[in-house]
This record gives sequence, structure tokens and C-alpha cells, in this order.
Amino acid sequence: MGLLARRNLFHDKVRFAVTLTGIVFALVLIIIQFGLFLGFTTTTSNNIDHSQADLWIVFHGVGYFDTGRSFSERKLYQVLSTPGVERAEKYMQSFGRWKRPDGRMENIQVIGFHPGSGLGEPWNIVQGSIANLRQEDSVLVDELYREKLGVQQIGDQVEIGDHRARVVGFTRGIRSFTTSPFVYTRFKNSLDYTNPTSREDATGYLLVKAKSGVSPKELQARLQARLRDVDVYTTAQFSWKTRFYWMFTTGAGLAVLTAALMGLVVGVAVVAQTIYAATMDHVREYGTLKAMGATNRYLYRVLIEQAVLSAVLGYGLAMIVAHFIVAGSAKGGAVILMPWSMSAGMLVLAVVMCIAAALVSINKVTKIDPAMVFRG
Amino acid sequence: MDRQTMIAAEGLGKIYREGTAELRALQGVDLEVRAGELTLLMGPSGSGKTTLLSILGCILRASGGKLEILGEDVGALSESQLPRIRRQRIGFVFQGFNLFPTLTAAENVALALDLRGVRGAAAQKRSEELLAEVGLSHKAHWFPADLSGGQKQRVAIARALAGDPPILLADEPTAALDSTSGRTVIELLQRLARVDGRAVVTVTHDPRVLPAGDRIIHLEDGRILREERNVLAGPSQTSLFTEVPSPGAGTSHRLAI
Repeated sequence: MGLLARRNLFHDKVRFAVTLTGIVFALVLIIIQFGLFLGFTTTTSNNIDHSQADLWIVFHGVGYFDTGRSFSERKLYQVLSTPGVERAEKYMQSFGRWKRPDGRMENIQVIGFHPGSGLGEPWNIVQGSIANLRQEDSVLVDELYREKLGVQQIGDQVEIGDHRARVVGFTRGIRSFTTSPFVYTRFKNSLDYTNPTSREDATGYLLVKAKSGVSPKELQARLQARLRDVDVYTTAQFSWKTRFYWMFTTGAGLAVLTAALMGLVVGVAVVAQTIYAATMDHVREYGTLKAMGATNRYLYRVLIEQAVLSAVLGYGLAMIVAHFIVAGSAKGGAVILMPWSMSAGMLVLAVVMCIAAALVSINKVTKIDPAMVFRG
Repeated sequence: MDRQTMIAAEGLGKIYREGTAELRALQGVDLEVRAGELTLLMGPSGSGKTTLLSILGCILRASGGKLEILGEDVGALSESQLPRIRRQRIGFVFQGFNLFPTLTAAENVALALDLRGVRGAAAQKRSEELLAEVGLSHKAHWFPADLSGGQKQRVAIARALAGDPPILLADEPTAALDSTSGRTVIELLQRLARVDGRAVVTVTHDPRVLPAGDRIIHLEDGRILREERNVLAGPSQTSLFTEVPSPGAGTSHRLAI
């Protein structure tokens, strides 16, 4: 049975190549779409996920990152005096205008935090250090945006909101999902860069670290009961709310998921067509097998074996292609992520897709009349 | 039922319906096929030979009448039980060989064994034995496309013997063969009947086959017109067919070849 499945599959090499192309095309399309989706969602909550904080305190009603509304830093002292709090820091995110050395303007997102606090700091620093941010008017940017921001090396000077700024380091792989790159600086600088008229005692967020042994959930409830006009989220909750907002409220995620679904549909259609064509080519053989006493179940197993073989081979090729695409995306503007769980899921999807595609052929084989073997 | 009767048909009929139109392909066929005999089904096109062979092979269900295969009432079996009867009791040889082009001769035979649950080394050994039985040991690893028509048909016969069936049904097995190959194939079928004791039924138009047959059943318009017996049945190339008396008909004698 296995031999027949293999031989029938590999016999017509052109058709087999078409089948594999269809599977690879569908899988790569799905991987790219889901990888983009995953990359996009991860990017939207990157600053939250890497904050090292257990809790995020935001102005009441602020449901996601990027829309922080300022509130009084007096809340910080209330937080610090709450039992179970290890430390808490102010944090700011706001849009600003970056004037490149050549005079061109770019929109940026300024992230203000307290260097050395361990909360809300940038990560993956490849040049310079966070300690450099203690210097006046210093900023860290990601190397992905060197060209966009018009800076090439440490020491380059620019203006942000009419204030001088000097690049003191570069991060790697911290993307913004908008067209405005993140620029990290001291908390005080961030106010100067984005809203010089704002009160110095204002903050956009408070990042809280729970004491060892204190559960963030427990501390969340304690702080929520104590603080007014703010919402307290665990980091995971705020991350999820942010991702959900950008993915589904804006429709961006739906577009990506729809494209992935289209990939799946195209894949099933292509594979179904090729497996069906191969079945039709061998229809007399299936009739002969039936006449010889093969049950429908036996024939189904031949077809499913072909489908699974196609899926596994197609998956292998798709992974090779996807690997290059994913690697290439690391240096691009939009990251495509492919964690191992997604790779494993793709194998399952490939097998399910090919078996679904074989159902059309299974239906055909079921209807084959073995008496056909005696006709002409 | 006689101990040597492999197939017993009584009043077999087959009606094909398409819309309101009806075609009576077979009507009132009574037939017994015995072990050790090569039975030839002859008749003009549309006489019902293939329909009868399909019904005897449990591939097609009769519209009426009764059919017993080795004493088992086939009409009483469900559709899902028929493949078992075909696997265990019947071997098929087709006019167009119906070999699997992507498999070698040995693999074609092994596939038929696989259907019966025989796999691996046992299947390889048995397929070699069967190919040896039809004189094709040296072609075991050849693909059908590289074999002559006669060799293909012999592979098909080896495949039909995979389940060691007591009944062998062949549909015009020599039609696509030259005289030498045709003679080899028919001698093989004759041996399988007379030496191995199988019941072999062959639909044929080929007059070269006649001397090898033990009986000839003549069909016309879906009925058995007459039946003849070869009184010189044996390895010789001559035969004397004697018409078997049937109810309401006289007896006659005819020298076939």
C-alpha cells in the first residue's frame, strides 16, 4: 500500500513538482502572514514585555500603550508606600519631532525612563550603554533607524522638539510598528523633548516591581483599591490589551489573518486539484484494486498516505524557504517571527491541509464502480 | 450442491435502468461452474457475457435469481462483505492486463498479497513463487511497460493467484495477444483448471482458445443459448464439443476444431 502510494506520487515528476510547489507556496504564504502577525503583535507590546515591571499603572481608561495620558507623580509616592512594592518608577511615552543633522524632520516616539532603575529600560544594546543616558540630552536609538534618523554613530547630534540631543548608543531589533522609531532617554529629557510646558511632576505611566514573594495579582488588587483615577494592570494584561487593540480594534490583525486564511484556502485548492488529477490518472488502477477485493478503507489509506507524504515533503521545502525569508526580515522594517511552536504547528497544518485536499479524491474513489475494469 | 461445484447460479437476471428505460442484460441464467474445469463464455457483443462474469465475480449484483460461491449465498451478503469474497475466493484476469504501471512485476503481485495482509519477506517470497509458476522469475523486477503483452498477462495471472483462489475469472485474456502469447496464456489457464483444480471461467471471442476449454456456454440476448462440452478435453490441440441437452431443446453434436 505504502509502495503504491509512493510510486503513484513520484511517478509523474512534473505533477509531483506542481503538487509540492502548491504546498510550499501555501505554507510559505501562511508562515509569512502568521509570522508578520506575530511580529506585529510582539512589536506593539515590546516595551511592555521588556519592561521588567510586574505592574503598569495608567490613567483611568487608557487601554493600551501609545496613548498614555499624564497623571500626577504623587501617585508614585502612594505606590511606593504600599506594602509589597519593591520599587516604582515614572515612565513616559510620547510622540515628538526629530530634526536630522541635514535638517529633515522625522516623527519619533520618545520613551522616558530612569536609567539604572531596571524598569522600562531598552534592551539589546549593541553600542554604548544605558549608563550613558545619565549625561545631559543623551538618547539611544535602534540601529535599524540609522538612515531614517540620519545618524550613524555615537556622538551624532540632532534636535528633538527644539532641544539638543546626542546619540550615546544603539540598540538592535527594537522596532516600532508605526513609522515613528522609539528614542530612549532620561525621564526628564522626555518631557523636554515632547512637551516642554508640561508639569515636571507628571508621568504617563508608573512601573511597579513587586517584592519577592508578593504575587503581582495580589499587589494589583491592593494598589487598585488604594489609587484613584488610575488603572492597575499586570504586565501580561497590559501587553495583551495593547496587542488586542492594535490587532483587532484597528483591523490590522484581521487583514493579516485574512491573508493567512487565503493562503490556506489557496493551498488546499492547489493541493486538492493536483491530488485529484493524480487520482483521476490512476482511476482504473483504483477500480482494479476494488475488483481485486480492496475495501474503500484500503484505498483511502493509499490516498491519505500520498497526502501525508506530500505534506511532509512540502513542509520541509517550505521551512527552508521560510527560513531565508524570516532571516531576511530581521534586517527589514517588518519582522516575521517563526517560533518553534509555529514551525510545529505548520507541520500539523500541512498534513491537515493535504488530507483535506485528498477528501475530494477520497469521495471520487468511493464512487468508483469496480465493474469498470470489464469495460473497454 | 455438488462438492466440486464452485459457483451455482439459478435464474440470474440483470436489468440496467436509465430513467424509464430498461435494458435486460441477463435473464434466467442457470449455471454451475465446477472445480477443475475451464469454462468458456462466448457470444456476440451485448449478449451479457461481461455482465455475467461481473456477477459471478461479485463485482455486480444480480437484479434477480440466486448466486452461491462455494456454497455461500452472495445475495444475502451486504455490499461491504463482497470485497472479502473477491479477496478470498476469486482471482481476476483482465483483457487490458490492468497492471500497475508504477510497480514492477513482483510488486504488482506483492500488492495483491498486501490486500490479503501478506507483507514483507513473506510477500516477496510468495510473489517470486507465483512469478516462477507463470515462468517469469527472470522478469520479476521489470516494469509492465518493459514486458510483452503475453508477459504482462502472465504477471496478471500470477497476481490473480496471490490469494490462492479456487475460482479464476478471466475477461478475454488473449484478445490483446499474438498467437504464441495467447497460446501460452490459455495453456496456463488450462493448467490452473485441470492440474490445480481451480474453476476457471473465461469470456472469449478467440477461436484459438476453444480447444483448451472444457465447456462452452453460448450466450445471446442475455440468455444461455446452449452449452457444449469438450469430449476430447486434454492437452491436445483438438477438441470435440458435444452439446449438452437443455430443457426443451434437442441434442446435437458439433466438431469445433
